[in-house]
Amino acid sequence: MSDTGLVLAAEGFHAPGPIDFFLPDFTGNSWGEHGYQVLLTKASLLLVLGAVVAYLFLAMTSRRGAVVPTKSQYLGEQAYNFVRNGIAQDIIGSKEYRRYVPLLVSIFFFVMVNNLFGIVPVLTFAPFSRVSFAYGLAVLVWLIYNGVGIMHKGFGGYLKHATVPSGVPAWILPLLVPLEFLSNILIRPVTLSLRLFANMFAGHLLLILFSTGGAYLLIHATGSVVLKPAGVLAFALGVAIGFLEIVVALLQAYVFTLLTAQYISGALASEH
Amino acid sequence: MGGSLNMVGYGLAAIGPGIGIGLIFAAYINGTARQPEMQSRLQPIAILGFALAEALAIIGIALAFVIKASNS
Repeated sequence: MSDTGLVLAAEGFHAPGPIDFFLPDFTGNSWGEHGYQVLLTKASLLLVLGAVVAYLFLAMTSRRGAVVPTKSQYLGEQAYNFVRNGIAQDIIGSKEYRRYVPLLVSIFFFVMVNNLFGIVPVLTFAPFSRVSFAYGLAVLVWLIYNGVGIMHKGFGGYLKHATVPSGVPAWILPLLVPLEFLSNILIRPVTLSLRLFANMFAGHLLLILFSTGGAYLLIHATGSVVLKPAGVLAFALGVAIGFLEIVVALLQAYVFTLLTAQYISGALASEH
Repeated sequence: MGGSLNMVGYGLAAIGPGIGIGLIFAAYINGTARQPEMQSRLQPIAILGFALAEALAIIGIALAFVIKASNS
């Protein structure tokens, strides 16, 4: 097998890497010696399209609200109810959750539609597999949950609430307070965005690897009998991973919304 | 060489979160099997724990790429 590995390396199969996610823009600019200077790429266009599709889905399914729902209305209501009851009400609590339902519903549908773009033929790019978009969304969430906390408790009160854990002896506080500040204020938006980004990125990278690798093994690779069946196997695995990607896309939208609700609820929670 | 070693390191680093996520879902399945009516209460908790454990693996893959980019 080491022989075939050498053959593959010699004939120049380009393993996919992070560079594959820096798409060229519509004027043809791509990654050059000046770095990544582009105007408008497919990724940013898809991001806008994601917002439009999410809006259209919710608007179409709720346009004619009938007492006996049609199929599409039922679908929209089920999805809406899932976020409203399953996430907002359960996590934030039945007293305060109403104000945050619009935010959570829009985040959920926006992220879900954008993630599903990674599977849709022709589009086949999930915008959140570029980290900057995920950073943007996480900064929005960060501003909102900190803003909610400051509005409810005042600046000093919120800072104390977020960084000073209750019920610990005073001598350990100098150690705990910086840690809590790091974890609650600084690291949270980073992990929130990186989680979404890395899941979409890794899944897409696997898809690229299996499809280009499968094509290479089937068409170009020579030197051993096992290579062409291996190419077929790679394609089959790629299809299986495509289905896994659908699950991951939905799960990550759910996780992102759940964590947003969790952070808001943490900022709102009263001392106990 | 640097790149492939990074990925070996990342594979090792992913063992911990892998075990953690396995434990979380084992507990979730156990709880649901014992008390099926609690499933809707347990599900957000399980997914939340899964997300927090997964964050470690995520930080690992980010660092693997960052270190590779600065070395090569």
